[in-house]
Amino acid sequence: TPVKGPDGNFRLPPKIFDSMDRTKVGLKGPLATPIGKGHQSLNLALRKAFNLYANVRPCKSIEGYKTPYNDVDLVTIRENTEGEYSGIEHVIVDGVVQSIKKITEEASMRVAEYAFAYARDNNRDTVTAVHKANIMKMTDGLFLKCCRHVAEQNKDIKFKEMYLDTVCLNMVQDPTQFDVLVMPNLYGDILSDLCAGLIGGLGVTPSGNIGQDGAIFESVHGTAPDIAGEDKANPTALLLSAVMMLRYMGLSPYAQRIEMACFDVIREGRVLTGDLGGSSKCSEFTEEICRKVRESE
Amino acid sequence: APVDWEDVDVTPVKGPDGNFRLPPKIFDSMDRTKVGLKGPLATPIGKGHQSLNLALRKAFNLYANVRPCKSIEGYKTPYNDVDLVTIRENTEGEYSGIEHVIVDGVVQSIKKITEEASMRVAEYAFAYARDNNRDTVTAVHKANIMKMTDGLFLKCCRHVAEQNKDIKFKEMYLDTVCLNMVQDPTQFDVLVMPNLYGDILSDLCAGLIGGLGVTPSGNIGQDGAIFESVHGTAPDIAGEDKANPTALLLSAVMMLRYMGLSPYAQRIEMACFDVIREGRVLTGDLGGSSKCSEFTEEICRKVRESE
Repeated sequence: TPVKGPDGNFRLPPKIFDSMDRTKVGLKGPLATPIGKGHQSLNLALRKAFNLYANVRPCKSIEGYKTPYNDVDLVTIRENTEGEYSGIEHVIVDGVVQSIKKITEEASMRVAEYAFAYARDNNRDTVTAVHKANIMKMTDGLFLKCCRHVAEQNKDIKFKEMYLDTVCLNMVQDPTQFDVLVMPNLYGDILSDLCAGLIGGLGVTPSGNIGQDGAIFESVHGTAPDIAGEDKANPTALLLSAVMMLRYMGLSPYAQRIEMACFDVIREGRVLTGDLGGSSKCSEFTEEICRKVRESE
Repeated sequence: APVDWEDVDVTPVKGPDGNFRLPPKIFDSMDRTKVGLKGPLATPIGKGHQSLNLALRKAFNLYANVRPCKSIEGYKTPYNDVDLVTIRENTEGEYSGIEHVIVDGVVQSIKKITEEASMRVAEYAFAYARDNNRDTVTAVHKANIMKMTDGLFLKCCRHVAEQNKDIKFKEMYLDTVCLNMVQDPTQFDVLVMPNLYGDILSDLCAGLIGGLGVTPSGNIGQDGAIFESVHGTAPDIAGEDKANPTALLLSAVMMLRYMGLSPYAQRIEMACFDVIREGRVLTGDLGGSSKCSEFTEEICRKVRESE
C-alpha cells in the first residue's frame, strides 16, 4: 500500500525494496490503481523499481476447462521497458499529436537473450521473433537484428521470424504451431492477452516479470472487488504463477507436483470454483489441490 | 449487375525519371469511375518498385480500410456466428514511416495521430454502421498508455458518437478486445481503430472466419474506393484454374453495395454462401476438389436461378 513520502507524493513503502533486495523473488496478487488520487500505477512502480525487463506468460490449454482450442502450449515473452510504452508524447500543433516508440539495442538484446535461455531451460524447441519490420524498418528492424544475432549464438534452438499480423491470423486458426514468441512491448501486450484468451482467460493464466536482479510472479486478472471476502475467487492464476516462481528458483520437482495437482483437480471437475463451472469455494478448491499434493508424496 | 467494366493494367511503367510508377491510365480511369476492384498484387523485392498497394492507397487518398468478417456456413472454424466489421484508419498512426537513429543502438519511430484523420474515419464508421444496419461502434485504443495519441483518436470518436446517437458507442482497450475476441467474438459489431491496431485486428478477425482466402476488404477514399482481396498472389498455382475466388467475389459484393446496387449484391452473396454451404462444388482450399471455373459457374448458376 503506497505511503506518503516526505515530498507528499505516494510511493511504494521502503519495506518492499529491502525485502526484494534480500530475497530477489516476489509473488504478487492483483493490485488496483485508484484513479485520480495521485498514485502512480503501483504495478508500473514495481516494474521500474526492480528493472523487470521481460514479461513471460506461458499459455497452456487446461484439460477440463473447455475453450475453442486444445493443445495450446506456447509462451509469450514481451520486452517490458521500452518500445511503444516509453510514454514520450508531444502536441505538434493543435490537432496533431505524436508519440514516440523507442527501441534500443541494449533492451532488445537483453530480452532476446532471455528468450533463448528460457527456451533452453524449459526444453522448448523454437523461438519466434514477432515484428513489423517491413513497416517499421528501423525500430522493429533493430529488434529483429538483435534477435537474429542472439539466434546465431544459440544454434541449438530453432529461430523463426513472423509478422505480427500473420501471427494473429495464424494463431486463431492453429495455435499449436507456436512455441516461444519474443517481441517488443506493445505487440507483447496484445499477444499475451490474445493467448490468455485461447486457454480461457486471465483467471487461469500465470505470468512472470523477470528483472536483472530478481523477479516478480503475478496473476494478471483484476481485483474482483465484487466478490472480495466471499471465498469465491479462483486461485489458479496465482497458483500457477507461484509454480513458475518455483521453477525460476530451481525448485522444479515441487513445481511439477503442485502444477499436476492443480491440473488434476480441474480435469476431474468435481471441485471447481464458479468461474470454472463449479460451485465450490476457493478454500475447498485449494484444499483439494493440497490433498492431491500430499497424496503424491 | 449493371456495371460497365474498365480493365486497367497496373503493371508499373518506367517514368521519365527512371523510377517505376503506376501507369497514368489508372489515375484517369479511377478519376472517371471512382470505384475499382483489385486482385492481389505482388511487390517485387529489391527491384526499385515502391509497394504498388501503398502507391494506390496514397494516390486515391484511401483513408479507411473496411473488412467485414462473417462466419461462413460450410467452412468450419473454431467459431460460429462471427459477424463483425473492422474499420481501420489507413493513412497515419504507427505507419507514418517517420523513423530516426538517435545514437548508435537507439532508434525511434513516430506515431502520428491527427484530429482530421481520426474524425474522418470515425465519421465513416458511424455512417457505415447506419448504412448497413449495424447496432454498435466500438473504438479500440490504448489511451491509458498512449494518452495523447490514442487519447486524441478516442476524443474524436466520442465527438462523432455524440452526433450519431442512433448508433450505440463503446470503447475498449485493444488488449481486452483481443482477450475477449478469441473467447466470444459474437459480442463485437463494428470496430474502429488507428492504423496498427487495425492491421492486427483485421487479420485476427479474418482468421476467425477462415483466413484471407474468404475475407473481402474495401479501401474507402474521399473520392472513390477500391475493393480487393487481401490474400497473396499464389504464384504456385497460377494458370491452373485452382484458385478460390471467394475473397475477390465478396469484395465485389462490397463494391456493389457501395455503388448502391444492394439487391444485386445480395443475390450474388447468397449464391456464393449457398454453394459453400452445400459443399458439393468447392475449391481445394475449401475442402473440395473442383476447379475455380466450376466453383464460379455453380455460383453463376444459382444467381441465374434466383432471378
